[in-house]
Amino acid sequence: MTKYRVGIDVGSTNTDAVVIDEKGGLIHAVKTPTTADVTTGVTRALTSVVEGSGVSRDEITAVMYGTTHGLNSIVERKGLMKVGVLRIGLPASSSIEPMMDWSSDLREGIGDVKVMVRGGHEYNGDEISQLDEEAIGRAAELFLDSGVESVAIASVFSPVRDDHERRAAEIIGDVMGDIPISLSSTIGSIGFLERENATILNAAIVGVMRRSISAVRRTMEDLDLASARLFLAQNDGTVMSAEQAERYPIFTVAAAVSNSVRGAHVLTGLSDAIVVDMGGTTTNIGVLERGFPRESSSAVYIGDVRTSFMMPDFISIGVAGGSMVRKVDGSITVGPESVGYRLTSLGIAWGGDVVTATDVALALGIMVVDDPDCDPDLARSRVSGEVAEGAYGYIVSRIEEGIDKVKTRPDPMSVVLVGGGSAMLPEELKGASEVMRPEGAQSANAIGAATALVGATVERAYSYEQVSRGRALEDAKKVAKGRAIAAGAEPSSVEVVMVEEVSMPYLPGNTVKVRVKAAGRAFM
Amino acid sequence: MFNITPQDVEDLAIGAAILGTGGGGDPYMGKLMVLQALERGRTVTLVDPRDVDEDSFVVSSAFMGTPITMIEKLPSGLEGVKALESLEGYFGRRADYLTPAESGGLNSTIPLYVAGIAGRPVIDGDGMGRAFPELQMVTFHLYGVKATPMSLADEKGNGVILDTIDNFWAEKIARSVTIRMGGWASIALYPMSGSQLKRSIVGNTITKAMGIGRSIREAKAVGKNPIDAVLDFTGGFELFEGKITDVSRWIVSGFAKGEVTIDGLNDYRGRKLNIQFQNENLVAMIDGSPAASVPDLITVLDMETAEPITTERLKYGFRVVVIGIPCDVKWRNEEALRLVGPRYFGYDIDYSPIETLMEGRG
Repeated sequence: MTKYRVGIDVGSTNTDAVVIDEKGGLIHAVKTPTTADVTTGVTRALTSVVEGSGVSRDEITAVMYGTTHGLNSIVERKGLMKVGVLRIGLPASSSIEPMMDWSSDLREGIGDVKVMVRGGHEYNGDEISQLDEEAIGRAAELFLDSGVESVAIASVFSPVRDDHERRAAEIIGDVMGDIPISLSSTIGSIGFLERENATILNAAIVGVMRRSISAVRRTMEDLDLASARLFLAQNDGTVMSAEQAERYPIFTVAAAVSNSVRGAHVLTGLSDAIVVDMGGTTTNIGVLERGFPRESSSAVYIGDVRTSFMMPDFISIGVAGGSMVRKVDGSITVGPESVGYRLTSLGIAWGGDVVTATDVALALGIMVVDDPDCDPDLARSRVSGEVAEGAYGYIVSRIEEGIDKVKTRPDPMSVVLVGGGSAMLPEELKGASEVMRPEGAQSANAIGAATALVGATVERAYSYEQVSRGRALEDAKKVAKGRAIAAGAEPSSVEVVMVEEVSMPYLPGNTVKVRVKAAGRAFM
Repeated sequence: MFNITPQDVEDLAIGAAILGTGGGGDPYMGKLMVLQALERGRTVTLVDPRDVDEDSFVVSSAFMGTPITMIEKLPSGLEGVKALESLEGYFGRRADYLTPAESGGLNSTIPLYVAGIAGRPVIDGDGMGRAFPELQMVTFHLYGVKATPMSLADEKGNGVILDTIDNFWAEKIARSVTIRMGGWASIALYPMSGSQLKRSIVGNTITKAMGIGRSIREAKAVGKNPIDAVLDFTGGFELFEGKITDVSRWIVSGFAKGEVTIDGLNDYRGRKLNIQFQNENLVAMIDGSPAASVPDLITVLDMETAEPITTERLKYGFRVVVIGIPCDVKWRNEEALRLVGPRYFGYDIDYSPIETLMEGRG
């Protein structure tokens, strides 16, 4: 029996879905407009790709799903759970309360319930103070009385020692029963406020992720995909089981970027390249490094909240297929306003009256759109040569500038073009040693999801004066492998695919951040 | 004399990052602390040093230690008061004013917080007019003020009083105490009289930092170039404009050193600027000739947003404008340059004021 997998990726304009065989060969691909609620578009894409593929339902073993539900709910402040925030570290840290610099609508949107208790550690693992278990018990009672639906726990220096967080979770579980609990040591690294913020956001979107997952499960049942397991695409370019995603929903917020980067890897076989994913509204430029998306090392704002955790390093440019072309003070610009999925009704080539980047490419004869409703002659006759050339020059220079910005050194690199809009980009780009646009490029994101390994990335901190380097690395690898198995990987197939040590200048005790990624085959 | 507003604090954090010349610790944490104190009903009163009585008692307040332990183990908020009160106990005299030691980086905001909690006014000025990495690198030192007796306190309530033979020993011993306290400590030091303060302080630097932040904010609001606004406000110079093409770093005895190379764009096309840094930006050379050096201020700004880029965040591909701001005149004499000039940091060049170097460039 052949085994097939489905990949789904939600973009800001389109929702892509593919069916691939076990060698990664593309069987069928569909593209449907993304809907405001996301779920309707996903259901439509999943149904259409499964039905159109002609594959027998019981041969589909996995659905790999990359969704924007989590990110959208933070940005739009919708469907968030009421979070009880427990900070462990007193007397340290009380000068800045949890969520202090959040915008008030988001803070109030998750209930603004917070408690600070004694405990936490120093950089070398010594206790700041003994864990105040009684105060944690009282916090749990308060959470219960306040109608808290999800708990976030952050303890000072928990990336060095997480025992206070784990003990606090036990106490809270005893009082509150079956409630989702997010621990900061499992989410982020050194940098307390950013890690705490990421943990609180994680706790807030558990409910959204559960609903998103159950909607897909229902569609899978309707389609009779009885043998398929559901996985969620995550920021590090791997996938995790739906059960794991319900615990770590924050790890899905940038999955769309990582899916494209992984898709470019699968389609070209390249391990190192710059990946330009041009969709309808934005172009994301990321970096493929040793087969995975390069990780960001700085603070990342999510819905105005400053966070730091595993995120792909990328930049987003408001120039893409649906971007509107404007002439202001004699100079031609493109974007960031976009017609999005309404390109096929508002674009000039579709009989509309908005000049878009796609119309420009059609007018110049650079791009062919496979759509009977699209008439390139309309674009040719209604977009002047001057506007078309000016706009096209603008688009290319913005993309070239973006390529340069994500580089870490000046040497030319391979550039892979993916995404629905990328057909308009030229075969040569400044800063590129070669430009590739592989077959299947328009579905690279869904292919990246469908072919992903099951994995996890963990980051811990160790003082090499307290723990030998060898033991520290072993420990980090063990934690990462354990997490990959928990994410649904077949244990015997799990391998460590990346180890990174970052020494932290000025931190006494020779303390080093160790980041390990482990991945394996999906357990079927 | 005036009470600061939350908007002043926001502006200060931005200005202090520019005066931090790439180092000095991120003012972000200090900003949140002061905002939290204001939110809790505290008042922070800023006083012009010219209005201080000659015989009043003034103490400097700061955090000392490794920034990375500060961003993980956040302050309790009481360690600064503890350090102050220990020193006051030692002298048997209540401090009439607190004064900042640095106006660049994190320590521009910390004394405002401590003053707000302790209920003392804080001086609009500091001992640097910028940020520097060591305790003795202050104008107070140049005018013969001793750093000790000084006190250190941690968030747990531990306190240490230090009495050293000179300010260099104070730096060394205090540094090792901060490690035992968990990586950083709150310190109260440079106890001095009002007349000593008036002689030795770099005045009005806290309002200057606020003014820098405000001019950036106002320029952005009306669509003007925020970098020009900074230069206008500070009397600074545009040194260079370009793209970062190389960054190298190395760690020498716990200090992060490095250099960055920037290839010229627009008016600077075809030329290269090199900056040597150790926490802060110290020496800038264009095609091998000095363009600015410590103690004058060298700051790297994002070309589009005017956001200052710290030495830790310098990265290939950033489009930047490098600006230079003249240091306070107190730094421009032989003794001061021995303390903080390019040769102290190991660079084989003589200091020339940035104004002279700019004139030479024509």
